[in-house]
Amino acid sequence: MAEATLQRTESTPDIDRLRDIATRLRVDIIEMLAESQSGHPGGSLSAVEIVTALYFGGFLRYDAKRPEWEDRDRFILSKGHGVPVQYAALAEAGFIPHDELMTLRKINSRLQGHPVLGTCPGIEASTGSLGQGLSIGLGMALAANMDGKDTRVIVLMGDGECQEGQVWEAAMAAGFHRPDNFIAIVDYNKYQLDGPTAEILDVSPLGGKFTAMDWQVREIDGHDLKQVVSALQWAVEQTAPACIIANTVKGKGVSFMENNNKWHGVAPSEEEAARALTELRATARESAQTDGAAQKEAGR
Amino acid sequence: MKDLYPGFTIGKATRDAFGETLKQLGAEHENIVVLDADLAKSTKTADFGEAYPDRFKNVGIQEANMVGMAGGFASSGKVTFIASFASFVVGKGFDQLKMAVAYPKLNVKVAGSHGGISLGEDGVSQMSTEDFALMCSLPGFVVCCPCDENQMRAATRAAYDHDGPVYLRLGRQKAPIVYDAPIKDFAFSKATRLREGTDVTIIANGMMTAAALVACDRLAGEGISVRVVDMPTMKPLDDDEVQAAGEETGAIVCAEEHFIHGGLGARVAQAAARLAPVPMQFVGVDDVYAESGDPEALFRKYGLTSDDIINATRRVLEKRGAGRA
Repeated sequence: MAEATLQRTESTPDIDRLRDIATRLRVDIIEMLAESQSGHPGGSLSAVEIVTALYFGGFLRYDAKRPEWEDRDRFILSKGHGVPVQYAALAEAGFIPHDELMTLRKINSRLQGHPVLGTCPGIEASTGSLGQGLSIGLGMALAANMDGKDTRVIVLMGDGECQEGQVWEAAMAAGFHRPDNFIAIVDYNKYQLDGPTAEILDVSPLGGKFTAMDWQVREIDGHDLKQVVSALQWAVEQTAPACIIANTVKGKGVSFMENNNKWHGVAPSEEEAARALTELRATARESAQTDGAAQKEAGR
Repeated sequence: MKDLYPGFTIGKATRDAFGETLKQLGAEHENIVVLDADLAKSTKTADFGEAYPDRFKNVGIQEANMVGMAGGFASSGKVTFIASFASFVVGKGFDQLKMAVAYPKLNVKVAGSHGGISLGEDGVSQMSTEDFALMCSLPGFVVCCPCDENQMRAATRAAYDHDGPVYLRLGRQKAPIVYDAPIKDFAFSKATRLREGTDVTIIANGMMTAAALVACDRLAGEGISVRVVDMPTMKPLDDDEVQAAGEETGAIVCAEEHFIHGGLGARVAQAAARLAPVPMQFVGVDDVYAESGDPEALFRKYGLTSDDIINATRRVLEKRGAGRA
């Protein structure tokens, strides 16, 4: 389990450590979904690096032992179907016991199929009906500005979600009201339930749309942790709403799920999960070896 | 519309009473934030906005975003009042009212103004004859339609005091005074028995409460003893008062400025069916859209007058039969 971050950190986090955590979250996602036999692997896996950097890169101030701590920063997963990645992060951060992940989507579980405020500690808004998180986050950001607090509010959306009109109501309002603590990230994995976003209702140019609404915008590779960290470092410095367009791969990290939209909302079978876990463990081993070599290198 | 309420003093519109009270509450409580969607002059939140500009945002014509933002403000500890026309905030913000307010049980107070058809000339796009039904469908919401300025003042204060979501329906037109003094003991869960009676109970809210009193007095002249219950709050419903109406008077007429489906009448019928089933009749807009017109003419054409209540009362008494046990 990673340490709780009572304070944000200014220094650049250890990327190797983040990479290890990212792999652990992917393992958790596959195990949870295989256990529940229900849920959305594709959009959970595409957001892993983003969520990892946020929770474990020093960008969010939280205390897992006091989830309702008044001075915490707020992270809203507006693309609520990706919640397995958030539950995995909340377990990693100590908000919930790791074992509890296996209750995902089961009766009487705190881990509802989409995020629900007031059930699972660390969840800040009820989402899953797409397009709503940016508005809720804007309310939080403005409330913090009103009270002179330095609370950060970060909202993660999907690219398909950006087809919802409410996203642009909120984007226009944020560009106008200009809270200085408000960050939107788009997990631009290029797919929605029925197929490629570009074929169903192309949202591009996504950055241009946010720019036109007076946001500061950066576009990155959403799986390159260095880029994710650097973009977040840039975003928190902005005094106007900042948007990070993170180009991602749906299903990232599991070869047979990558860019295969069959895995939008279907859980892996036992056999498929085993294959996925074998791949992820191999990735973890490779990464450990690389880390070891790098440490040797550094030690010389 | 005053001809519809002979003998009544016509007071302020409930939206005016709401706006005044909201401004007073703003002076008393630092934690109130108010959002409006470009109808602040109509919903009367503009008074609060002028007095407390730092705690007021006109979000523009964005009802869905306004409801979402309200959820964010409320979950940050603000008692958040939002206002628009009932038709827009409820209709365009419904999924947001579910997800960002009702489901997380947040402290958002929704004011839907220009409710019903009495807004008149602007026509159906601005009218709301669905809001009771929609708002009553959301678990945890208090749903209330006060009948006059004094009751609206009390209800607005009660909305602030209540820990959880509240829907208040506001009216555009000056409303007949039913309560001629400030109400000290207002509670959402309590209806008010305005007239005692033994033959039938009329249960009404909003503009229909005064019409029910007019009907009561005229029926008294025919020897019919009518109980009149003012029931502003449809959720939570005053079950005891419904049960008493059924058991003690044996017939119920409901009257509301709303579709006859899904609002006060439906809520009362469900309670009566469970607690004291008796014949019932329903006065309201009967499953059709109204139209542009003078408010009084609209009330006459779409069946929202004391005459309509009297006719419904006769029907319910006929149905029950003269020889009630």
